[in-house]
Amino acid sequence: MTVRPSDFPPPWSPGDAIQAPTDPVDERIDVGFLIVGAGPAGLAAAIRLGQLAEDHPETAERLGDVPVAVLEKGKAPGSHLLSGAVVNPRGLQRLFAGRKRMDELPFYGAVEAESVLFLTKRKALRIPTPPTMVNDRNYIASLSQLGRFLADEAESGGATILPETSAEKLLVDSGRVLGVRTGDRGRGRDGEQLGNFEPGSDITARVTILAEGTQGHLTGAALEHFGLASDNPQVWALGVKEVWKVAKPLDRVIHTMGWPLRPGRKYREFGGSFIYPMGEDMVTVGLVVGLDYTDSELSVHDLLQELKTHPRIRKILEGGERVQWGAKTIPEGGFVALPKRFHAPGLLLSGDGVGLVNVPALKGIHYAIESGRLAAEAAWKTLERGASARTALASYDESLRESFIWRDLQEVRNMRQAFGRGFYVGGALAGAMTATKGKFPPGNARTERDAEQKLISTDRAKSYPEPDGKLTFDKLSSVFASGNRTRDDQPNHIRIQTKVPRELAELWAHMCPAQVYEVGETDGDGTVQVKLAPSNCVQCGAITAKGGRLTPPEGGSGPEYTVT
Amino acid sequence: MAKTLVFLEHHEGAIAKGSLGVLSKAATLGGEVAGVLIGSGVRGIADSAGAYGASTVWVAEDDRLAAPLPQPRVDVLASLVRDEGYDTVLFAQSVLAADVAAGLAARLDAGLNWGLVDLTADGIGKSPALSDTVYVDVGWTSAVKLAIFRSGAFDATSNGGTAEVKDAAVSLEDFSTRAEMVEQAHAEQQGPSIEDADVIVAGGRGLGEPEKFALAEELAQALGGAVAATRAVVDAGWYPYSAQVGQTGKTVSPKLYVALGISGAIQHKVGMQSSNVIVAINKDPNAPIFEFADLGVVGDLHAIVPKLTELVRARRS
Amino acid sequence: MKIAVCVKAVPDAASGRRIDPATNRLDRSGELTISDWDSYPVEEALKLKEAAGEGEVVVVSMGPERALDALRKALAMGADRAVLVTDPSLEGADLLGTAKALAGALEQESPDLVLFGQQSADGGGACLWAAVAERLHRPVVSQVSELSVEGGSISGKRQTEYGYDTIRAPLPAVVAVADSINTPRYPSLKGIMGAKKKPQETRSAGDVGGAEGPGTTVLALNPPPARGEAQKIDDDGTAAEKILEFLAEKRLV
Repeated sequence: MTVRPSDFPPPWSPGDAIQAPTDPVDERIDVGFLIVGAGPAGLAAAIRLGQLAEDHPETAERLGDVPVAVLEKGKAPGSHLLSGAVVNPRGLQRLFAGRKRMDELPFYGAVEAESVLFLTKRKALRIPTPPTMVNDRNYIASLSQLGRFLADEAESGGATILPETSAEKLLVDSGRVLGVRTGDRGRGRDGEQLGNFEPGSDITARVTILAEGTQGHLTGAALEHFGLASDNPQVWALGVKEVWKVAKPLDRVIHTMGWPLRPGRKYREFGGSFIYPMGEDMVTVGLVVGLDYTDSELSVHDLLQELKTHPRIRKILEGGERVQWGAKTIPEGGFVALPKRFHAPGLLLSGDGVGLVNVPALKGIHYAIESGRLAAEAAWKTLERGASARTALASYDESLRESFIWRDLQEVRNMRQAFGRGFYVGGALAGAMTATKGKFPPGNARTERDAEQKLISTDRAKSYPEPDGKLTFDKLSSVFASGNRTRDDQPNHIRIQTKVPRELAELWAHMCPAQVYEVGETDGDGTVQVKLAPSNCVQCGAITAKGGRLTPPEGGSGPEYTVT
Repeated sequence: MAKTLVFLEHHEGAIAKGSLGVLSKAATLGGEVAGVLIGSGVRGIADSAGAYGASTVWVAEDDRLAAPLPQPRVDVLASLVRDEGYDTVLFAQSVLAADVAAGLAARLDAGLNWGLVDLTADGIGKSPALSDTVYVDVGWTSAVKLAIFRSGAFDATSNGGTAEVKDAAVSLEDFSTRAEMVEQAHAEQQGPSIEDADVIVAGGRGLGEPEKFALAEELAQALGGAVAATRAVVDAGWYPYSAQVGQTGKTVSPKLYVALGISGAIQHKVGMQSSNVIVAINKDPNAPIFEFADLGVVGDLHAIVPKLTELVRARRS
Repeated sequence: MKIAVCVKAVPDAASGRRIDPATNRLDRSGELTISDWDSYPVEEALKLKEAAGEGEVVVVSMGPERALDALRKALAMGADRAVLVTDPSLEGADLLGTAKALAGALEQESPDLVLFGQQSADGGGACLWAAVAERLHRPVVSQVSELSVEGGSISGKRQTEYGYDTIRAPLPAVVAVADSINTPRYPSLKGIMGAKKKPQETRSAGDVGGAEGPGTTVLALNPPPARGEAQKIDDDGTAAEKILEFLAEKRLV
């Protein structure tokens, strides 16, 4: 029997996240502009709004006591932010134009040298850096730290950041987005109200900007509800990374391809690793793999552990100590999977949540920042005397299409999909696309949903290294290293069918970097029970790509990243 | 020469073992060592302190001192320190002793170091910190030095000596007697809570099924301890959340932690790693718990634990 | 009724509690938050105020100026005012200095009841409340797991090694509450947003009666002593006996 995750859809529908306000009007919290997500997109929007308010104080008065509110489901801004990262400073330069110098931004230095390596189990062959991956004039950063910095800037500009606050429902009435409803806190495992139960609140605003990042909960619901989604489904990759204290500084940015991923077309293992220096004494190493992979035993976490045993990489980490671990998905559909429209009445969509990521260049942060900035400008237009909200919000779409985001994504639009044909064919096609700046091959490739890939079963798990606690680690101790100390007696926030074929349960058990899923008892009819440990969850979003649905747990749950 | 005074706590007619341990330790540090008993009807037990190293035992007898409340004790100790010139006052950790020591510190402007596991003759205290991952050497800059020692830091060693029993003056401040004991505690009927227990027997997935928690309970009872559980079994509903030890549960540091069928994932480890002695029984020889157990036993806990419980019961009777 | 709650701003667990090698003291340069243990007395104060239908809850703390941000969490829960004693001379203060500074601020506030949490998330086992009560010349009751206030007195159920005592003391009094006393509320969104507007004052050491130097000092940091020879045995049928022997040797049975 060939099993596809999409044959077992989760007990969830986008309508579950959309409702009209329920709080009495005088109990609703009214703010000027509401931003969901304190990541680069959301904070860029908050910062830009603060700048506009400073430049136009009379207009700003119309925003009331709380001109800008930013909701963040993590413990603090940065807690849920994770990336490589090598950042193209363009977005930040435009955001802080004239108000900040580049050396005031929290970077770990400019990229000074780089290598791209093709790995086999024991060797590393240097190959010429593909043009899309050239990183000079870019800067190395920890996105989590950058997030904290941007949050401080946003607050100085007058934004109110509300951490530990999840946005559970999009408030829609008569076709218009009014705001969001925040999640309850203090519920027990069966949903019962505990002693300190605190219900969520309806927060209303003139414009709601969703900047939820990858697998955005409300973004996904909004794209469906308002019919904004592309005909090409979004696809994702899962990235797992670690930050290490090291004995010897690393002098260059390294990207690898090849081992431990398998090139054969049937495996669909598209991805590679990155190893970046973070100052003199830290290094980050991560592996990214497309979630269209087919092998039910594939585990990105374990492949990362395997990767570290490569002599070239082991040498970099020798004498060092792991200080943090994390995982997050990345949207990889690129241009062809972008929504048809990025706005709806009362609503603007930005950042990774709508897939603004340049996969071949591994860049998305500067697009997130630019899209946040443009969203802020469009939102501000709704305040202008005689403004039509509809025209103002539609101007966001126009500005996106005129921006460098659009040009860049269009140029590389078919590259990721080419790799669906396997590494070598894909590589050749990618080369052709680069050389012709996207004109060849013509047209737009289609994407296929990750969950629709038929599963195969190899013995891949046999070669995963036994964790030694020094170089390689098991999942549970890695969850600990993410800073995760989520309250255990919470309602389960994962939506999946729990009685599924064994291969699907195994897919999930291997897939999840945080060991949330476990294959339970066999049910005799060829299916098994899936057991869950939801408090392990680091909210990477992989389950949503592969047949289930991640919904936000209680605010403040999940990882507490600081240097990812 | 140091002149040391040891606060001797007592309960139901006997001096607390912890206080006797501190007294024994003080006796090894040189100088004059005295104990002080404060209460009502305590003169009778004063003599016994001599056997543990006190050359003098002060007795402060007064009805107003009958209830184990801290502030009147601060008055008595402060007078003794001032009148007799003691430069060091030592306490064994307890709810009462902590309040007395801190109040005395403020009264005398005396430095107080607490949570100590040792004290050297030249006045350096050893204090474990940050979940016992670092040991800090601490000292005093004040004229009078106060110290509280962790529970069980020292054994009480009797040497058969005798002490001179003297009366201590009892002069209480007005505010010291405002708190009154309405009803005093009597010994607990059930076992200790896991936070207070000296011995904890913890059960994990390796027990196999919820009913097997009886094994842990019986062993705990035999050892006079409490029962704890890992997150995995609490999640599965085998035991209540109040018994969960670990990162998202309680942190404990008993004298003895017996881990049954527990793998030792770090989330559990951080809740119990500063236990004095850790014994682990697990059938998986590669379980991480064996990396930090003092005694690791690879075997079937279903066969070992009942036998062990029998042996413990036999030994105790 | 005016209730003061003494809280401590401590390094956020996420920013990693570590000892600063330069000073041998806890590195307090990262993000600060209110010690988890302190949310219990704040909650208790709010409950008492709500039961009485009137009153004021003031949080009092001593620390660096950045600690004001951490105190906002208590304001978000519902406290009315925050007072921070902050002064360079108080950096690295020990029990004596902290008690004097807090007592100085408390004397000026003159509350009916002073509440403390039972432990500090970073120092562990401190008994600050007794030292503060001594300086204020007020009765103190600690380890309170149930608290009620009526007719000008507090009545507390105090948890000791031997069980529960019931103790009564007239106001004004100092009480340290155990974490079993309540389940602290989550701050509501309105509370978080309103916290910024509530009065937050700083006082210098001089404002509260001068600083007191420490009576203790930190001399050195050492790695913990080795746990001793760890033994690992395979059960050959005699494991139970071997375990008993081990326990007996260590005087644990």
